[in-house]
Amino acid sequence: MDPATVTKDLRSLLSDTVTRLFTDLATKELIEAAEKGTWPDKLWRALEEGGLGPLTLAPVRRAERLSLTDRGGGVTVDGRVTRVPWGRDAGHVVTVGDLDGRPTVALIARGAATIEEDRNLALEPRDTLIFREARAVAAAPADVAADAIRRLGAMARAAQMAGALESCLVQSVRYATERKQFGRPIGSFQAIQQNLAVLAGHVAAAGIAAESAFRAAERGDARFEIAVAKVRVGEAAGVGAGIAHQTHGAIGFTYEHSLHFATRRLWSWRAEFGSESAWARELGHAVAARGADALWSDLTAR
Amino acid sequence: MPAVFRFALNDLPPEAESLRAEVREFLRKEFSGAAPVKRAKSWGGFDREFSRRVGARGWIGMTWPKTYGGHERSFLERYVVMEEMLAAGAPVSAHWVADRQSGPLLLRFGTEAQRQKILPSIVRGELAFAIGMSEPDSGSDLASIRTRATKTDGGYLVNGTKVWTSNAHLSDYAISLFRTQVVPDKKHEGLTQFLVDLRNTTGITIRPIIDLAGKHHFNEVNFTDAFVPDEARVGNEGDGWKQVTTELGFERSGPERYLSSIALIREVVREVSAHPDDRGTESIGRMVASLATLRQMSTSVAGMLQAGETVNLEAAAVKDVGTTFEQSIPELAHALLDLEPTLTSGSDLQQVLGYITQTAPSFSLRGGTREILRGIIARGLGLR
Repeated sequence: MDPATVTKDLRSLLSDTVTRLFTDLATKELIEAAEKGTWPDKLWRALEEGGLGPLTLAPVRRAERLSLTDRGGGVTVDGRVTRVPWGRDAGHVVTVGDLDGRPTVALIARGAATIEEDRNLALEPRDTLIFREARAVAAAPADVAADAIRRLGAMARAAQMAGALESCLVQSVRYATERKQFGRPIGSFQAIQQNLAVLAGHVAAAGIAAESAFRAAERGDARFEIAVAKVRVGEAAGVGAGIAHQTHGAIGFTYEHSLHFATRRLWSWRAEFGSESAWARELGHAVAARGADALWSDLTAR
Repeated sequence: MPAVFRFALNDLPPEAESLRAEVREFLRKEFSGAAPVKRAKSWGGFDREFSRRVGARGWIGMTWPKTYGGHERSFLERYVVMEEMLAAGAPVSAHWVADRQSGPLLLRFGTEAQRQKILPSIVRGELAFAIGMSEPDSGSDLASIRTRATKTDGGYLVNGTKVWTSNAHLSDYAISLFRTQVVPDKKHEGLTQFLVDLRNTTGITIRPIIDLAGKHHFNEVNFTDAFVPDEARVGNEGDGWKQVTTELGFERSGPERYLSSIALIREVVREVSAHPDDRGTESIGRMVASLATLRQMSTSVAGMLQAGETVNLEAAAVKDVGTTFEQSIPELAHALLDLEPTLTSGSDLQQVLGYITQTAPSFSLRGGTREILRGIIARGLGLR
């Protein structure tokens, strides 16, 4: 089998597994328990059986770096990284640092870090990890960009947000169909219909922007598409969460309703691994450097 | 709720990409040195000589059968020609309406005689078309039109008025929607389209409607006992509504639905590039992110059209998201730059901003208002 087929098969296997696990196991009760701090052990064991160990990425913030030092028989890691997703629960941390002028991927046991716990708006662990001469489990030079972690993180968040936006749309349409006021479903009012159509447009744009980033990453340099996705999906997140809440009225503002599982994640994820403004500046600098007359030809070449 | 949209990523095939290079070279020769404000007008521009040269290159009626002079190329190749023309700001409107809408309509619903007579001339870039749909009392509620076509010997006598008929004063034909029968309480029935010869029909008066910028594109077309022969009827009596909704599907998803402000985008990028500060780069970054995403959405629909799928819902979404984006560009330029939009003085950027600022309100009106499109999307969501 050629590598492309293997990748494709692997991807569909992974996709099936993930869909099944999250549909069957990630129940409302489980998410609520996780928000209270209970580690979803059963879900993670199932994920690990599927080959996905609890692994996290750092740094998340652009200004932060973990420094690598070659000590002869091994590489040690120093530095402080904040907002690390699931830092306290991960088995290992992956980072990209610089070693003798070459981008180097290093794997560090989480146990080697001092941890300061924190959470994002969605109550997902976002911890500060402090490494002092921590020995890397493995480190090797790799053909990756120095900011590869931030890019991959942004790409993943774009896809997750596209999914959360879809959830906002599905929940909003269902609610608008079921909820009656003035003797009819609120979805029969044009004001609601027009808002949900706007939400649907953002969902469509977010979905294809995220997908485009993954396709580009599979083909090679995805810097442009990832920036596009993080900006466009992030913008969709702001508008989309707003419309979803407006449609749901007061009930959507309660903890009892499940809408906030999507919207609180959108509000956090759009800021993680670079906000829209940060990525837009990066994209804008690249566009400006190429000049106005290259814009269209560059765009159509992607 | 089922998945609402199917926007699958689509790659343009290699033959479309090699065609792109040819089109670019052609456009470079045609327009090198053209002022940006001229390019901003794009599908506002009407130039029969240019349309003939485009026809000679084989870029009109690209997907139509060779029997009618067409070129039997793919929908995606046509897409590339369209987006390159629009991105370059080529004055396409002398062939554009026929290529996009009227030709495909005749191909699908017209008589054999109509196809043989009309299509080859469209392909050569020799026939310009207008669209006679809206009336003084019928805009978004198109099915309420009242212009009557009353059966008479060998044809119909038409009485009534069409408005907002772009380029009727310059065109050869207008595909026009008339009421051939009044069916009480069923306004979508009894509608029929006709291929109206604007140059050789007595009883037609065309008067200009001047737009807010003082320009003449629109017209009011009055029919007073205008005789339209049986041979000009498109399809059967009463098929008009079905035909019109099919046509609008062709009309709504193309690159013209997000590229109307491309000339302004280019000038804003030029301005920011000269002094790329944080605020400027953030603005153009957001702009390009939307532009790139819309292009993916639009090419995705092109792929579905190529596969023969129904795209009405996706097309409505592209147009709604696309026109909102187009209209945001003059707003963005104003927020970012301390420049007055101008008519003929000032920089290229100021003049392009002047033109786009005054044109932008039409973006979300033409081809179905924003509210109508959102209504279509809401129906797709199961809300209506």
